[in-house]
Amino acid sequence: MAGNPGPTGLSAPDAGRDSLPARAKVAVTAGRVAAAVSRRAGRGSGSVIGGKVSLRVDPDLLRTLAEGLDIVLVSATNGKTTTTRLIAEALRAAGPVVSNALGANMPAGITSALAGGKDAQFGVIEVDEKYLNTVADETYPKAVALLNLSRDQLDRAAETRMLAEHWRVGLQGTSAIVVANADDPLVTWAASSCPQVVWVACGQTYREDSYSCPSCGGVLQRPGEDWYCGSCGFRRPQPHWALRGTHAVDPHGGAWPIQLQLPGRANLANATAAAAVAAVFGVHPQVALQRMQEVKAVAGRYDVLPYRGRDLRLLLAKNPAGWLETFTLIDQPPAPVILSVNALSADGTDTSWLWDVDYERLRGHPVMVMGQRKLDLAVRLEVAGVDFRVVDSLEQAVQMAPPGRIEAIANYTAFQALRRDVKN
Amino acid sequence: MSESSLRVVWIYPDLLSTYGDRGNVLVVQRRAEQRGLRVERYDVRSDQPVPTAGDIYLIGGGEDRPQRLAGERLRQDPGLHRAVENGAIVFAVCAGYQILGHEFVDDLGQRTPGLGLLDVWSTRGEGARNVGDILADPDPRLGLPPMTGFENHQGVTHLGQGASPLARVRVGGGNGTGNGTEGAWQDTVFGTYLHGPVMARNPAIADLLIKLALDVGALPPVDNTWYDALREERIAAATASVAGEQ
Repeated sequence: MAGNPGPTGLSAPDAGRDSLPARAKVAVTAGRVAAAVSRRAGRGSGSVIGGKVSLRVDPDLLRTLAEGLDIVLVSATNGKTTTTRLIAEALRAAGPVVSNALGANMPAGITSALAGGKDAQFGVIEVDEKYLNTVADETYPKAVALLNLSRDQLDRAAETRMLAEHWRVGLQGTSAIVVANADDPLVTWAASSCPQVVWVACGQTYREDSYSCPSCGGVLQRPGEDWYCGSCGFRRPQPHWALRGTHAVDPHGGAWPIQLQLPGRANLANATAAAAVAAVFGVHPQVALQRMQEVKAVAGRYDVLPYRGRDLRLLLAKNPAGWLETFTLIDQPPAPVILSVNALSADGTDTSWLWDVDYERLRGHPVMVMGQRKLDLAVRLEVAGVDFRVVDSLEQAVQMAPPGRIEAIANYTAFQALRRDVKN
Repeated sequence: MSESSLRVVWIYPDLLSTYGDRGNVLVVQRRAEQRGLRVERYDVRSDQPVPTAGDIYLIGGGEDRPQRLAGERLRQDPGLHRAVENGAIVFAVCAGYQILGHEFVDDLGQRTPGLGLLDVWSTRGEGARNVGDILADPDPRLGLPPMTGFENHQGVTHLGQGASPLARVRVGGGNGTGNGTEGAWQDTVFGTYLHGPVMARNPAIADLLIKLALDVGALPPVDNTWYDALREERIAAATASVAGEQ
């Protein structure tokens, strides 16, 4: 992986934390020990358990750790891990950065990441949508980036509009500069109560959750790229920044080429938002975008890996909006496609969302279907008129795949399973 | 209707399309087309009038506020009532099912009038939300195999004399009234708590609606291999989850 993934756990020496209060130091050490124990037991990086232990010793630790840092929070339904990474790369032009680069995005994981960031100037933090207000209260961010909101894991998550309302209430009167996607009506609703907003036109591909006005419930009219409510007048704000083709256009009209190793329209949008955040901290868009070019894969996403003599590109898609963006970036037919879907609790146990995804777009691709819920997918693809085969394993899927690079798209735990399969 | 076409109306996808409700539209459309029918599909947004000349009307589920808005807008539109008077088929899921009744509780906690097309009324349940796989035996008069689905609702729906239970629950909550009923039907109007794409797991329901719309007793067979495999898996999973609790 290119670029510096940054401090991700508690393993780094915390010499730079000499200025911490005694209790915070003890808490950081306790967390580091717990993380090391967990790591040795083979339970992952240990960052979440370490953070939990630290916060039990010092409930104010997150606040204490954030005090010396310029904090950026990043939240969204999709793209928050990638955008966090892009912002971190951009801000490294201005100073050392600490970031929860592996995507542990709730308070414990965030605490753990910050505890590992000695001498950092910037804290670039991905935050789970439900925890944004809590983390904002604790960390006094200088900037908050809000990218998009759409349906995700409805069997356990809050309603999408309620989430926007929750953000709106929590961020009201914030001293942070909020960088928000003007093309997403729910995000616009959330951000429009904030005193300082930088509006970015990032686009919106999946619109099924934004036909209804978040303010009054009227029907949103969407001519071209504009949107407005016919009933109450709530409307798209004039953007300061915009994604235009493959360029980020800044508030002065300067158009800066975005040349990423990461594929797809969604990542061009993420880069535009990241450039707007970097500008808040005085990093020039040209410099910011050049640094983003170094990012090749994010927590395994977009990685192209060899497997049984074939090239597999691993793509994560967790919800209808994510799948739709993924379909726009895969190779043209007849490129072979593997789909894998699970329904464990981390994925959401309800597979109804499969019917909100336009699998019709896979017509013309030979498709191999696997994962715990391959039969749900099979019915979905049958109705979509897609040519598919149901298989029992990745090995079998790859054997059946016609020549060419294979696009492997999976939801959360299915994606992790694919990574394990490929690496073994 | 003409013999060779089927008009399928999807009511308010802008408000009542939360849990893959589009699946029912797609399955009805697909299975009708497989029988050589030409399907005309009308997706009616909540600022558009409901057409009166449809054959099959589908209404999905939704969150509490969109449900209230959908109820308000449908009450002001005579289209669906006229269609039912003309003999149209209506199939509604979850929030849509509640709207078809006399009354439901909205997001503001208010009792709100529904459309009165089904002799049912809904209240807000006191206990835990019903979330999970559900398995139910349909009213034998409908000639349907066991219904498998996923439910996710807090609402409780009580049936009046005019409506019959759509099914009896084997696993899951259903109407939540404690007497084991699930859903309701009355002439050509159907409601269920099996949310989202219930027809993906129960294609026989889609076929039933098509048969009622065409007024025929049987349809040419289609390949049900993957539907059957999915049904078998989900019925086994629902049964096992209950066995595990005992």
